[in-house]
Amino acid sequence: MNTRVLECDRLTRTVSVGGVGRSLVQEITFPLERGQVLAILGPSGSGKTTLLRMLDRLDEPTSGTVLLDGKDYRLTPPQALRRHVGMVMQRAYLFPGTVADNIRYGPMQRGIYLEDAKVEALLAQVGLSGLAPRDVATLSGGEAQRAATARALANDPEVLLLDEPTSALDDLSKQSVEQFLSSVVHARHLTCIWVTHDRAQARRVADVVLLLEAGHAVAFGTAKEVLPA
Amino acid sequence: MPSPLARQRRCFLLSRIFHTELGLGLAQAAVVSLTAILVAILASRRGARLQREIPLALLRGLMQILLIGALLAMLLRGPWWTAIPLLTGMVLMAASIVHRRARAIPGAYALSLACLLTGAGVVITVMTLLGIIAPDIKMLVPVGSMVIAQNMNIQSLFLNRFLGELRSHTGEIESALALGSSPDTAVSPYLQAAFHASLIPAVDNLRSLGIVWVPGIMAGMVLSGSSPVYAALYQFVVLGMIFTSGGLSCLMATYLAPRRVFTPYQQLRIRD
Repeated sequence: MNTRVLECDRLTRTVSVGGVGRSLVQEITFPLERGQVLAILGPSGSGKTTLLRMLDRLDEPTSGTVLLDGKDYRLTPPQALRRHVGMVMQRAYLFPGTVADNIRYGPMQRGIYLEDAKVEALLAQVGLSGLAPRDVATLSGGEAQRAATARALANDPEVLLLDEPTSALDDLSKQSVEQFLSSVVHARHLTCIWVTHDRAQARRVADVVLLLEAGHAVAFGTAKEVLPA
Repeated sequence: MPSPLARQRRCFLLSRIFHTELGLGLAQAAVVSLTAILVAILASRRGARLQREIPLALLRGLMQILLIGALLAMLLRGPWWTAIPLLTGMVLMAASIVHRRARAIPGAYALSLACLLTGAGVVITVMTLLGIIAPDIKMLVPVGSMVIAQNMNIQSLFLNRFLGELRSHTGEIESALALGSSPDTAVSPYLQAAFHASLIPAVDNLRSLGIVWVPGIMAGMVLSGSSPVYAALYQFVVLGMIFTSGGLSCLMATYLAPRRVFTPYQQLRIRD
């Protein structure tokens, strides 16, 4: 049985800056098996977020592609693709309204209204039980990031992309959000790509690590191989 | 009975120095321009970069209005249809001015033109066919130009606000896209905000009509011998046309603008 869920095939993005082509990400290739957690690690400006955005097709690759379940992702309409590949951004970016409104947002785009019990079950998974009627403006940073994760999970994605989900949080929240994200990913057997610039975090959360420098992949392998203790 | 100019001359400084209407008018324009430039200089000290834009806008406005005054003097003797190329020229120029406020939007000129034609173009045509604007160049040009000019302001406000909303809510818009929403749905709250904000001046004008301000067209009609009641009613009609044309053009923009700020693959082109 083929368990390869996602495969990046020579993914490249070049942008024009003042008429001169500037390469943000160059020929990135890696496979990812079902249920694996890949940490993309690298310093600021190394192309981590650009790569992640291309995986959700929020940015267009200049060349190369992504295979999802063996199929070129450009053949899937963007809306359908993004339901299949969920993304949690660096900041929560919750929409004005209640936590429940936010959780229901994704399924509502397909005309599905999530019942209260389902909303509550999702919130329980991220440790926000009972907060469904709360106005999102009253949430702390850590709670907002949990709500944003529950909102992404409400679409029942197969692949979850996390763009430095703990970088905007204080140390205490960072630790608890990292722990809950890890437990949710494993509990749901999600295939996950986790962008971070924190080597220790990458070692804690990832099965495999892709090391980026100046847009190039400099190492890919198990966390133990790439990041020896 | 003494002329208005003669009445002014008794007590006001400029009227004592300038004895012809043209001379007085140019002097008045110069004084007003100097005060506006002074305000621009003061504003620039508070960080508003207006010191270059304001003098150029004043000079340009003055030259344009003098030119149009001379042109009107010639055209007002011509047949009604000469208003069509004149008003078309105004719409083309208005689209060019709106486009400068929204250059970041790809195809902003075509977008502005389509919106102005939908708003001012449709309203002027329909109102002329209904007889609300008399098919006479003396009515068509001044009333049409008012509708076009106000429509242009409304359109500029709309696109400017929309661009600002896109830039300040990039994260929310891309989060919505990442959750599987369509581009139209993702920008819908920001289109609504732009729509609302752009119509505030037109709505406030309607609300304050006759209380806070007595518009020029009403004063002009009364001075030229129309009944004050009809002049008041007609002013209301003109403001109604301005509101309708502005609303129509913004409505068109809510359909056209989202298509231009996203790629065919539903990626946001304009970011913070």
